[in-house]
Amino acid sequence: MKLKKTALIGATLVSLLTSGYAMAQEQFIGLPSYRVGAYASGGSGIYGGWIDYMTLINERDGGVNGVKLTWEECETEYNNARGVECYERLKGKGPTGNSVFQPLSTGITMSVLEKVPQDKIPMVTIGYGRTDAADGRVFPWVFPMISTYWTQASAIINYIGSREGGMENLKGKKIVQLYLDVAYGKEPHSIFDKLAEKYGFEIVKIPVANPGNEQQAQWLQIRQQKPDYVILWGWGVMNPTALRTAAKTGFSRDRIIGVWWSGAEEDTVPAGDAAKGYTAAGFNPAGTDFGVIKDIQKVVYGANKGNMEDKSRVGSVYYNRGVVHGIITVEAIRTAQEKFGKGQPLTGEQMRWGFENLDIDAARLKALGADGFMPDLKITCADHEGSGKLKFQQWDGAKWNVVTDWIEGDREMVRGLIEESAEAYAKEKGLTVRDCTKES
Amino acid sequence: MLYREAGQFKASYQEDSQIFPIRQDRIGIAVVLAFFFVAVPLFASQYWLQAILIPVLIFSLAAMGLNILTGYAGQLSLGSAAFMAVGAFGAYNFILRVDGMPFLLAIVLGGLCAALVGVAFGLPSLRIKGFYLAVATLAAQFFIVWALVKFPWFSNNSSSGVISTQQVEILGFAFSTPESKYLLTLAIVTVLALLAKNLVRSSTGRTWMAVRDMDVAAEVIGIRPMRAKLSAFAVSSFYCGVAGALYAYTYLGTVEPEGFNLDLSFKILFMVIIGGAGSIMGSFLGAAFIVLLPIFLNVTVHSTIGSWLPASVGSNLELIVFGGLIIFFLIVEPHGLARLWQLGKEKLRLWPFPH
Repeated sequence: MKLKKTALIGATLVSLLTSGYAMAQEQFIGLPSYRVGAYASGGSGIYGGWIDYMTLINERDGGVNGVKLTWEECETEYNNARGVECYERLKGKGPTGNSVFQPLSTGITMSVLEKVPQDKIPMVTIGYGRTDAADGRVFPWVFPMISTYWTQASAIINYIGSREGGMENLKGKKIVQLYLDVAYGKEPHSIFDKLAEKYGFEIVKIPVANPGNEQQAQWLQIRQQKPDYVILWGWGVMNPTALRTAAKTGFSRDRIIGVWWSGAEEDTVPAGDAAKGYTAAGFNPAGTDFGVIKDIQKVVYGANKGNMEDKSRVGSVYYNRGVVHGIITVEAIRTAQEKFGKGQPLTGEQMRWGFENLDIDAARLKALGADGFMPDLKITCADHEGSGKLKFQQWDGAKWNVVTDWIEGDREMVRGLIEESAEAYAKEKGLTVRDCTKES
Repeated sequence: MLYREAGQFKASYQEDSQIFPIRQDRIGIAVVLAFFFVAVPLFASQYWLQAILIPVLIFSLAAMGLNILTGYAGQLSLGSAAFMAVGAFGAYNFILRVDGMPFLLAIVLGGLCAALVGVAFGLPSLRIKGFYLAVATLAAQFFIVWALVKFPWFSNNSSSGVISTQQVEILGFAFSTPESKYLLTLAIVTVLALLAKNLVRSSTGRTWMAVRDMDVAAEVIGIRPMRAKLSAFAVSSFYCGVAGALYAYTYLGTVEPEGFNLDLSFKILFMVIIGGAGSIMGSFLGAAFIVLLPIFLNVTVHSTIGSWLPASVGSNLELIVFGGLIIFFLIVEPHGLARLWQLGKEKLRLWPFPH
């Protein structure tokens, strides 16, 4: 009887320990995705690419140093209230809680901005979100990586300058910003004003009412203004409509430059021939001609474990952007594991350290098979943005072709504005500004 | 048997005109309030408080506001979300610009701002009715959201119109934990719900209902339609405004004007329709239905068939089931969930000896 009891207790203990052990070797990543609604094409592409990359890491490498990545999706419908619900739902999952929150929606970013420091979960917003959060001294938990809207605005002007054969040739030029009339479209106004003053060009801002499926009046106005370039700051249905209306009013698409949320196949294909010659910015090019995408095709789709229902979308702009999200997340896990113990799942605080000390240089990119797939990225305590480099792609009627090398924005000017804005926020909220010389 | 009111005699006018005339109702309300005030904060997890109960309470308040206007006074409105925005931005600016502004006063002032704006946009209701009025209130929806983005003063010169609310503090006590925020929201919603319940039984409420049922007849018996309609707009917008302020302060913390879009207005209208037009309790039921059901479906789909279903199919399936359930409830009971409760209550009162 006694023996039996001891054996039983022993067996229970062993099973408890081992199950705990098996559980502990997982890193949980909550995915607040959206696959229905007006922005489903973006959401399904990006989250699909991200999931496929994590599947690749699990299948090919057996996880990050043996730690398997696990994830769960939560449908936000691109709705702020649902996003907050997902944030709260995902926050405690997995052995160490949610490691990172990336909502892919500026509205949801704003809604959880003040919750993340309390819950100690880093929030990464790649190519959207609150611009001045790039000041890591004031926003230690938020990482608007690769490039903010302000850097993008400045990079686009630099690109236009290079097309004109030098920034000095911008003098006297006229540039229209055709923007979606919501917070997103107004974000770069101040920086455009500053740049116009600096280089002596004229900026004309023309709003398009949300959602932007009627632009006749705006393009007539553009025809009257006769600008040298139009910067298309749109999202969703506004983009193909702009290209079609431009064709109708006879504005050369060659001189329309889109932002990265206006530069996907979903924006050009519906516009048909009208999109030919249109150029757009992006921090990742389209295409399957990269080592990492080839690996995904071979390992993930070869084993029929891919997330995309429509396999032809692998290699599209949004899909590749999702892979960029995956690379950054996995590299942060790797970086943090090097400090806090290889093969161990990380807490939110350790993940934050990983993001803050992320350094994906050219050699690392090559090793990842992502050479030319995304810009190099170095995050520091003060700078949560990183390189801010963009590539421009032109649509030839069937696919995107990269037409430039990585182009940087005016980092100095943007950084000054970011610090100014972040310090004002810190003052309003009574936050202490971190001293980055004391951080390790 | 349990719900018998036999033997409950009313000996004074006060007893006859109290909010809940049946003793069982009074006990029931006391139990429910005790449950939500004491048991829930003690046992509910942070997730339940922050992500489920607070939004349900806030949307109940907004739905109550619209219910006063649509259900009681018969004026259809599609601008509820915009009035919420006025309340949120109003309270924010009062706290920002007036030193030492008490939080509760700021909430009330925010609500009053919304009431003023509501009255202004309610003026067309004196001339136009029904669906045409709904179209006129659409103007409020678009104009207010546009104005909040257009004039940077409202958002304290934030480049994108986003505001980040201040810390909630009452008499030196900081409301920062989910429990305290929940209790604050619950207290405000309870007080306003009891007020609304009383208001709709008062002469004001009766004039609203008279105007709703037939405004010509109401005018003939001496009710001034202008006063009735505009007071309904004012009270309704006040409720929406307070809901908006709570939405910003106790729920999200950071809000943008775009968050108060037409979708939200429609959502609030659906809460009223599903819950039951012309019922305070219906507002709570409707809000709970519209907020909880999609989350419940999302969790169920994920935990059951989600693993072998493509994610986008799963997400669309939730929407299909959600829409299907709305249609089902509207067919089974066109007067909303509150009507179901009312029918059940009548049956209970007769049970076990129906006629």
